[in-house]
Parts: sequence; structure tokens; C-alpha cells
Amino acid sequence: MIAWTIYVTFAGAIVLLVLPRVFARWIALLTTLAGFAIGVATFCQHDVDLAHFNTVVRVPWVPALGMNYHLALDGISLTLVLVTGIAAISAVLFSWDVTDRANEFFFWLLLVVGGSYGVFLSADLFLLFLFYELVIVPKYFLIAIFGSTNKEYGAMKLTLYSFFGGALVFLGIIAIYVTGGSLDLNQLAQFQFTPQLQSWAFPILFLGFAVLAGIWPLHTWAPTGHVAAPTAGSMLLAGIVMKLGAYAGLRVAMNLFPQGFQMWRTTIAVLAVVGIVYAAAVALRQRDLKFVIGYSSVSHMGFVLLGFATANVFGVSGAVLQMFSHGVIGALLFAVAGRMIYRRTRTRELDALSGMNLSRALPFAAFTFVVASAASMGIPGFSGFAAEITILIGAWKSYPLAVWITGTGMVLVAAFTLRALKRSFFDIDLVTASVAQPEMEPITIPEKLGAGLLMFATLAVGLYPKLLLDRIQPAVEAMRFLK
Amino acid sequence: MSYLELLKLAAPEAIVVVTALAVLTVGLTSTRAKALCPIVAAIGTAVAIGAVLTLRSHANLFGGMLVISPLNSLFKIICLVLALVTVPLASSEKSLRNPGEYIAVLLLGAVGLMLLVGSEEFLMIFIGLELLGLSLYVLAAFDKSDVRSAEAGLKYFLFGSTASAFTLFGISFVYGMAGTTALAAIGQKLAAGPVQPLLAVGIVMTLIGFAFKIAAAPFHLWAPDAYQGAPIPSAAFIASGSKVASFVVLGKIVLIGFGPVHGSADWHAMLAGWSPVLAVLAALSILLGNFVALAQANVRRLLAYSAVAHGGYTLLGIIAGGRDGFSATLFYTSVYAVTLIGAFAVVGVVRRESGGDDLQNFAGLAARSPFLAASMSIFLLSLAGLPPLAGFFGKFYLFSVAFRAGGNHGLLWLVALALFGSFVSLYYYLIVLKVIFVDQRSSSTPQPGQSNAGAARTSDFNVSTSLDLFSRITVTLLAAAVLFLGLMPQTLAARILASLP
Repeated sequence: MIAWTIYVTFAGAIVLLVLPRVFARWIALLTTLAGFAIGVATFCQHDVDLAHFNTVVRVPWVPALGMNYHLALDGISLTLVLVTGIAAISAVLFSWDVTDRANEFFFWLLLVVGGSYGVFLSADLFLLFLFYELVIVPKYFLIAIFGSTNKEYGAMKLTLYSFFGGALVFLGIIAIYVTGGSLDLNQLAQFQFTPQLQSWAFPILFLGFAVLAGIWPLHTWAPTGHVAAPTAGSMLLAGIVMKLGAYAGLRVAMNLFPQGFQMWRTTIAVLAVVGIVYAAAVALRQRDLKFVIGYSSVSHMGFVLLGFATANVFGVSGAVLQMFSHGVIGALLFAVAGRMIYRRTRTRELDALSGMNLSRALPFAAFTFVVASAASMGIPGFSGFAAEITILIGAWKSYPLAVWITGTGMVLVAAFTLRALKRSFFDIDLVTASVAQPEMEPITIPEKLGAGLLMFATLAVGLYPKLLLDRIQPAVEAMRFLK
Repeated sequence: MSYLELLKLAAPEAIVVVTALAVLTVGLTSTRAKALCPIVAAIGTAVAIGAVLTLRSHANLFGGMLVISPLNSLFKIICLVLALVTVPLASSEKSLRNPGEYIAVLLLGAVGLMLLVGSEEFLMIFIGLELLGLSLYVLAAFDKSDVRSAEAGLKYFLFGSTASAFTLFGISFVYGMAGTTALAAIGQKLAAGPVQPLLAVGIVMTLIGFAFKIAAAPFHLWAPDAYQGAPIPSAAFIASGSKVASFVVLGKIVLIGFGPVHGSADWHAMLAGWSPVLAVLAALSILLGNFVALAQANVRRLLAYSAVAHGGYTLLGIIAGGRDGFSATLFYTSVYAVTLIGAFAVVGVVRRESGGDDLQNFAGLAARSPFLAASMSIFLLSLAGLPPLAGFFGKFYLFSVAFRAGGNHGLLWLVALALFGSFVSLYYYLIVLKVIFVDQRSSSTPQPGQSNAGAARTSDFNVSTSLDLFSRITVTLLAAAVLFLGLMPQTLAARILASLP
């Protein structure tokens, strides 16, 4: 049944092109809701074995070359399918005001979503790569046509980085295919690749995927891309697309090349820690609210990579949980900055915002941003805390030093988040406060619904992380790089 | 072997020749030549395709001069289909004043393709090359009102005739060494072992002629001018049909004829033979084609340089050798040909509508004609190798075969280079798409020189739109084909693989 997430989304995208423009947003909403509903229904089924990557669909596709249309599901995939659904629904809700070329906008948006479902469910390497690359071009159009600040530059940079990573992945996949003689991920997971091959193929493949996860120093596409993108675009980028890279790195690179992973995992840990601290430090100095959030995304994704590098159940499960958590929190932060604030004030400059008394003008936005910031800083009770603490417990076993350094990084995260929060909403300027402020359009219902959904998700997982961890951990334990 | 038997086996070629003559007659006599000629040509080509299908599956005449095999028949069909889709483009092109003559020459070129594909003997291959070449020179220079077309024709002719001379010279060397001109016999005569200097000269010279045909660097210099200056259907035909047939023949020559002197293109173990020669050509083409394409402001020139790069990728399969390698090359080049005709067809429509084929003429195409814009993005993204389009599968197939070939991943360097090249290529394809989808058409007043042309264009607006209908239908069909071959690649790949012995 879970396979229908892909079909429904692509079908919705095609229907969008055919029907008149006025229906566009409704169709997009229905499609994303349907996708999420399918995910939730699978989540609620108790007879599904989520500990192993079990086949859902398997149809021969190009028999001559051993390619199959092969989808499978385990706890990790399901978690990411869920976050894709949540981010997609809220992205549509926060684009409710898009009227110019609306068909096209939602078409590209749904292609990104559908491709992401495809990546998370693929059990065939070729199919996974197909979906992975399928996401690239819609992202370009979404940003280049509908974006804001410096959109063509940001879009091109993001696309070229993605495609550069894609080229590395392509090489790695060909190496796997030719030496392993198969494209089936489950079969390949049993195959013993020679250590010599693993030693060079693993870094190529992992780095290729990690470009999309924002690994330092190849992260620079992320802030510019996020800033240039329209609100829904940044939400999808932060919420889903960055997870594609991390997920594929876990599912393909680490799972197929356990020895290569052992050789390189210290390097990954170093890059991850540098990324966490560096991005947080850079975020502290940004003037544009979206840049602050963009760098915070890089920092949070650093935790995911650190979790992978620990190579133990805690670290990796935490990393998967962090993917979910950041998907929700990142989307929420971008929604506030891009839609709630920018659409009304026409600026994201922190200096300009600090004079506007936004906490009075837009109380709901202020509330949402406080919740999102708290979640982002890792306050207990939100999903960010649950995920990051799990990662750090895992890291303590492997790299105690990394935990110390990351601890400083977390202070920086708190610092820049609080700074952004204060400057944007709570810098009450008594001089201008007395002057009548221009009336701002109130927060609309779709915005409230979208924000509510995201806040609910981060709270639910934060208060009861077992909900997801129980499904993630068995799947992680089944992966062979732990043994 | 009776004449009747021979005629039966050569029936497809004969039908196309007769069609060409019929088109010529119709063009000279009928007053409605513009509408009739394409129809006659289409019917004739379709009948020829039918004739290919009814051929028996194996025959070998005159020591390889005319060989009927599943592979040859498949590619005769593909060449005919490519000619068939070029015909509607020609009928839409207003600058071609004598449609009968034009289409007749086009069909003669198609006969050249069929001879080329259907022969496994050097003399016949050379005759096929010349017949094809002569037709293409004429096609390139056909637009007498355009000085660029004359330039294209002349450049193509000068480079082409020099390259043919090299090939003939090389063939004579090979004949001197082997004592025969049949590929299979040459393959038996040339013993494996160190390559003798004289044979090396022969091989290199023979390959130069084909490097010219497939526009591999450094023999690509004609391509940008020919692609840009020639009438659009001619450019499309040069870039597609001629290329497919050349790759088929090149593959046969090196894999059958020069099989024993394969040499090795492995990074640390280069061995003299044809494969290092082709590897160098491929590497140069990939680098030069992609980097020079970055700087182009004219879409046709951009396509020309990208064609150079694609020629380089396609060579990878032949270098890898073997059944899989050849099959990957053939799949890629067929898909490429279909894609490129489509792209040229879109360029043709845009050119007629906006008066040029520079990048800025494409600005705002998405708003003017969403259908054309969508088709163009399918073609360009397929060229860039993005899923789910045919080019993606083609590249995967090609690169995985090349990776597998040689001992210990010796061709890894070429594969990595090709991947790097396709990474670079995405940039310039995206620039075109950016212009189409993001930029708005500039509202500046038309230049004085163009105002007359503009008035003339509006006066026969209805005529041109009705003619463009053929082009648009072709574009749609080709875009559907590219998408279909991307989703269901086995329909073609399995057929090619099965046709190879």
C-alpha cells in the first residue's frame, strides 16, 4: 500500500497540469494529504515487519540489465515517508497565496515530493538513483521561477552541487553494479566487496550523497539555495531534500560498504563536528533571517552525519530521528521566516525587523517562532532534544571528544537562535511603538493549520520519541555495518 | 545469384531511390509540390521500412558488400525512421524553395545511410560514405538565400573531402597488409600481437574519416558552422542519421575488421591498437565539447558542441568493446539521434516564429508555447542525462559497460571524465531552460532590418502556422519517444542486444 504514496503524488502532478488553475492548490493539498494518510495508515498497521527492508513491489523492469521496479519498506523508510508527508502538506498550506503560474508551481512541488517518496522506498539501486536525480530539476525550476533574492544564482548553485554529488554517486553505483553484479539492495547487502574497492568507492559514494545532506565543506549551496527559494521551496529543501542525501548515504554507502565505512568514519565525524560548529558560528553573524535558518539547517544536518559516524545503534537511530525532527523544525522555521514574516514585511533583514514590533503585530507568528526556536535549540520536550541527545549518547561511546566540541556548538545554536528570535520579534522599540504601525494582513487559516501540524509533530515526537524510535531501532540493528 | 535475387535483397534501397526520383518528378511537374512531395516521400519511406521487415534474416552477398543481418536490418529501419521524421521538418521550412529537390537529396542521403549500415566491406563502406557525404554537402548548402548556408556547405565539404581522402588512404594501407577489403577476412588476417607500424598508419587514417563523421575532436571543426548555418532539417539529419550510421560502421570496422589489434586504453597499460586512438578522441571530445559549449550564445552552436561531447561519450562503448559495449553505443547513439532531431525541430519552430535561434529568441517560450517548452526541456534534460528520460538510461548503460571492460577497471579514467563532462554539460542545458522558463521576452522594438521581415511574416501567418503543424506533431511524437524510451528502455535495448551476434 505504501507504494501508492509515489503513484498518488505523480498522478496529482499530472492532473494539475490538465485542470484549470483555480483548482491547483486544492489538488496539491489533496494529493499531499493522501500521501500522508497512506503513510500514517501503514504506520498504524501492527502486522508490518519494520525491522527488515521488506519488499513491497517487485516487477522486472529491464531484465537484460537486472533492473527491477523494486520498492521496500522498513522503519527508517517509514519515518522519512512520514516526514515527507508532513513537510509536503505544510509546504502546500504555506503556498496557499501562490497565484502566478500556480499550476506549474504545484507541479514542480509535487514532483519533488513524489521523487522523495521514491528515494525512501526504493530497494533497487538504479531506481533509487533515478528518483534521486528526478528531484534535482524540479528544485531548479521551483527556485529559479518562483524564488526571491538572487534566485537564479541560488537555483543554479544548488542544482550544480546536487548534480556534482549525483555524478559521484553515479560512479559509485556503477562500481557497485559491475562488481556486485546486481542492483538489488538486499542482495547487495549480502555481497562481500573487496576492501580495496570499498576503500575508494565508499568515500565517493558517501560524499556524493552527503553533498545533498549539507556536509561541510560542500554545504554552501544550502544557505544560498534556501534563501533564494520560495517559502515552500525552502521548506521542502530543509524538510525533505537534505534528508535524501543522508538517507541514501545510510542505505547505500554505509550498508553496502561496511569496511569502507569503518575506514572513513573518523573523517566523517570530523567533518560533521566542524560542520556543526562552523555553521552555528556563521549563523551568529548573519543579517538575513533566512540565512540564519539556512546555516542552522547545515548545523542540524551535521548532527545526522555525526550520528552516522558513531556506527552504533544509538547514534544511527538518533540520526534517523534527527532527520525527522529537523525536517519538521526546519520547515517550521522557514515557514515563519518566508511566509509569515517576509510576505507581510517584505524584508528579512534582522535590523529592519527589529523596529517593527512584530510580536504585537503578529502574535501567532511570534508564538510559532518561539516554539520552533525552542525545538531547534534542543529544549527538552521537543523532537530536537530527543534526537540530539540520542546522537550524543551514541557519540560518547565512539568519539567522546566530539561530544565536548559539539556541546560548544549547541551553545552557539542557542545563541544564534535566541539572537534571531529577539531581533525579529521581541526588540520592542519604544520610539516606534508609539507611532502607528502599518496594518499587517492577519495570519491566514492555512498558515495556522500548517504551523499547527508542524508544531504538533515536533511536540508529539519530543514527548514520546519511542513512537518512532521503536520502529527505527530494529531497522538500524538489521544493518550490517554495526556488526 | 540471379539479378532478381539481388534486387530482392536490395529492395529497400531500391524503393528509396525510386521514391527519390518520384519526389523529384513531382517537385518539377506539380504545382502543389510543397504539399505533395513530403507525402510521396513519407509513403516511400514507409514502404521501404516494410520492405526491410520482410527481408530474410541472414544473407551475405559478394564477400560482405551487402549483408543482411538482424543488426543491419534494425539500423536500416532506424535510419529510415530518422529520415522520415526529418521530412516534415523540411516541409515546414519556408526558405527551401525547391522542396522536391531537397527531399529527393535527403532520400538519396538515406540510401547512403542504408548502404553504409548494410555493408561489411571496405569499398562498399567507402561508396556509402561518399554517397551520404555528397548528399549532405548539398543539403547543407541548399538555402541559396543565406550566406551562412553556403558557408556551412563549403566548410562541411572541404573538411569532409579531406577526411574521405584520409580514409581511402588508410583503407589502401589496410588492404596492403591484409590483402582483402572484406571486414571479416581482414579480421582473420590481422594476427594478434604487436601492431606493425604500417598497419598503425592504416588504422589511424581510416579512423580519421569516421572521427570526422561523428564530429569527434579534433576533427569537429566543421560541426559548429554546419549546425548553425545549414537549413534546420539538414542540420538535424547531419547530426542524427549520419551519426547513427557512422557509429554502426565504425563499430563494425574496429570490432570485426580490426578486432585482433584492439590494443588497450587502460590507464596504466596503454597498448598500441585502435582503442587508445579512440580513447584519446573520446577524452578530447568530452572535454572540448563541453567546455566550449559553455560559452555559446546560439542554441544551434551549443547543440553542435554538445554533439561533439556526446560523440565522445558514445565512443566509450566501442572502446569497451564486445557485444555489450557495442550494444550500449548503438542504444545511446539511436536515442541521441531521436533527441537531437527533436531539439532541432523546436529550434526550427522558434526560428520561424521569432526570427532567430540565439538564446534570447527562446526567452519566454514557456509562456508563448508551453508545449514546445515542455518538449524542449524533455530533449535537453535527456541530453544532460537526467531521469526518467532516455539519455539517463543510455548513459548508465554506456558507463557501466565501460567500467566493466578492461582488466581492473582500466577505463575508470574515461568513465570519470565522462561523468565530469556530463556534470559540466548540465550547466549549459539549464541555461537554455532558464531562458525558456524564467526569462521574459524582451519588449524592445524590433530592429529596422527586421521590421520588413516581420510584416512579411504576419502576412503569411496562416500559411506558416499550418506548415508548422507538421513540425509540432513531429516534436510531440519525438518527445513522447524520448520519455517512453526512458521509462521502457528495454523495448529498444533488448532488440539491439538480440540483434548482435
